[in-house]
Amino acid sequence: MDTALFPEGTERCSLGKFLAWLGFISLGLAFGLYAGFRVLITDALGVTALNNYFGFGLWITFDLAVIALGAGAFFTGLLKYILDIKELEKIVNLTVIVGFICYSGAMLILALDVGQPLRSWFGFWHSNVHSMLTEVMWCITCYLIVLCIEFLPIILEQKQLNKIPFIHYFAHNLHVVMPLIAGLGAFLSTFHQGSLGGMYGVLFGRPYVLRDGFFIWPWTFFLFVLSAVASGPAFSVVVVKLMEILTGKKLVDWSVKSLMGKIAGTMLTVYTFFKIVDTYAWAMDILPRTGLTFDELFYQTIYGKWLLWTEIGVCGVIPVILFMTPRFRNTPFLFYTAALLDCTGIVINRYVQTVQGLAAPVLPFDSWFTYAPNWAEWGPSIGVIAYGFLILSLAYRYLPVFPQEKALNVSQAAPPAAPLAEPVAPEPAPDAA
Amino acid sequence: MATAVDFRIRWGMVIDIDKCTGCGVCLSACQKENNIPPGQDPADRMRSLNWLFIYDLSKAPGGQPEAAFLPRPCMQCGKPSCVSVCPVIATDKNEEGGIVSQIYPRCFGCRYCMASCPYHARVFGWYDPKWTPEAKELITPHTSCRPRGVVEKCSFCHHRFMYAKDKARVAGEDPGHLAEDAYIPACVEACPTGAMHFGDLNNPEHAVYKLKHDPNAFRLLERLGTDPQVYYISTREWVRRLGDNYLDGEALNAPTHRYGVIGHGGGHAAAGAAHAAPAHGEPAHGEPAHGEASEGGQSGHGKE
Repeated sequence: MDTALFPEGTERCSLGKFLAWLGFISLGLAFGLYAGFRVLITDALGVTALNNYFGFGLWITFDLAVIALGAGAFFTGLLKYILDIKELEKIVNLTVIVGFICYSGAMLILALDVGQPLRSWFGFWHSNVHSMLTEVMWCITCYLIVLCIEFLPIILEQKQLNKIPFIHYFAHNLHVVMPLIAGLGAFLSTFHQGSLGGMYGVLFGRPYVLRDGFFIWPWTFFLFVLSAVASGPAFSVVVVKLMEILTGKKLVDWSVKSLMGKIAGTMLTVYTFFKIVDTYAWAMDILPRTGLTFDELFYQTIYGKWLLWTEIGVCGVIPVILFMTPRFRNTPFLFYTAALLDCTGIVINRYVQTVQGLAAPVLPFDSWFTYAPNWAEWGPSIGVIAYGFLILSLAYRYLPVFPQEKALNVSQAAPPAAPLAEPVAPEPAPDAA
Repeated sequence: MATAVDFRIRWGMVIDIDKCTGCGVCLSACQKENNIPPGQDPADRMRSLNWLFIYDLSKAPGGQPEAAFLPRPCMQCGKPSCVSVCPVIATDKNEEGGIVSQIYPRCFGCRYCMASCPYHARVFGWYDPKWTPEAKELITPHTSCRPRGVVEKCSFCHHRFMYAKDKARVAGEDPGHLAEDAYIPACVEACPTGAMHFGDLNNPEHAVYKLKHDPNAFRLLERLGTDPQVYYISTREWVRRLGDNYLDGEALNAPTHRYGVIGHGGGHAAAGAAHAAPAHGEPAHGEPAHGEASEGGQSGHGKE
């Protein structure tokens, strides 16, 4: 029924099957909307598990994580439009959409998280220029606008829309100015990723997250930028793979994925190095200055050291090795394992910075308290993930997201079938990464 | 980030832990004075709206089986961790007297200030305030009632400061040079054992000026560099030792000597040194002359 809307030369499932899939997604959306209604209208934030000790919880962790994982949009755009790495044009559309989902989803969650959402505009009108959160608010809002502008030509190039001359030329002109938009996005993103890190690093009353005394205070600014650009490209590849599994089609050439992995691995190498240095300096300098020891900042299993070792070792060093060794990188299983570990490590980092940082008692006569999110917090989080699936599903079905899709799936029409394993492409040119 | 402002007047509190019985009258007085809605469990730190909390130190890690209660109002820090982080300037430290303000109609409930405060002095309105008809009768005009979804904190009963200045003006006196008992917060006024003292920490005529020099006086988490305007006194060393975090073998009251103060990295080292006040020493800016006051006067903004 909607075949005429499909991207040129592509095949999609039947409308009935698609609607059934949307129905499944809508379950998650409904859960999110219900929880949002309870939080915003009837029960207030008291319905959540947040409290005076854990003013930040799952939602802030979720926001920080998706904003880091959505960094594939700005970083890929930067590499493609500014550094002119042309291979990335085969995946840049997807990174933009993923970035849009991540940032708009984070904004939706934030609208629930603040106690007085109708006053959110105060952040722009009464800005405190000394607050890292002010910079975050401005940059995220501006960057979401940039993402909308970057998303627009993908929508306008929809097959039927693009037949309208005005829309066709408008989309073309948007492409012409895209390097400027991408540059603006990279600028804004760098600053708000950094400011999100800075938000924690400046908290001199919280020794767990405080990071001073090295070059610039807070130097979590740089750690967050690095970790975002290390995980964003990896997350984009994970999303592509997930879409390939769900659709049964090849969407992006292996060489492009491998290049994304190499980029992520390079950035993760730099980040992991500095994260190790950071942890050492924190344990040996910052904590003693506050009268605390490394051991005192961990608690039982829930906030145990295993989180740190998992973050740095399992989700840092191991994916670095897997990404940076060509033999491992070109083995699909190891490649995707590295990408998933990379993303998991960044999520752990955002979690411990947010939750463990608040759980660690600072007053000597205080105790450790633990936090576990309840349904009212999981609901909107699941709702936003469902929202992401909805946008990706609609975009995949109707928009020309993957320029390689047609060529990569020609072979599926006739035997022999596509190889079971991902084809291994030769190493990209050294200047490409 | 935040730098201290050299206020000529610094309202402060000195609490004698050895005299405190943990009766909770201060807490009740605060609740009544500042229109804190009833129905909250004052012992529930997690959801309570109470601005003042009483810690039982005997139950704390490192505590001894002796009565030792520590009432904790807002520390009104000289270098508040909460002020510079607020994205909308809903909290500030810019008025003579050094009280950290909280502007409820401005706060949009992001709770970043709560995350920044190591003393847990800030609480959040998790629910709509519920006022029974009887409780409504007790609402005072002193402090505005807050809606849900904003952060609240102790203000040292700031309205009483305003009333005291008004009274001084009517009497033809200098509102910038209030007599010792002209302005007293509700909790201090209500304390039945005289454990709580209040006054201008910079004014040698006020008792708190002398008390803060007591050899047994200390402040909470001093090595973080927050420069609190609340002092505690206890003759018991284990109690004083619970005022800050110490490494093994570190001497009491000398927390900053070994490593310096926290929060002053990089280019802020000089500022950090300026605030490295000893545990019971003077404010880093020295002793200002106590003279004529200018209403709302300040020597700078509470941030850099």
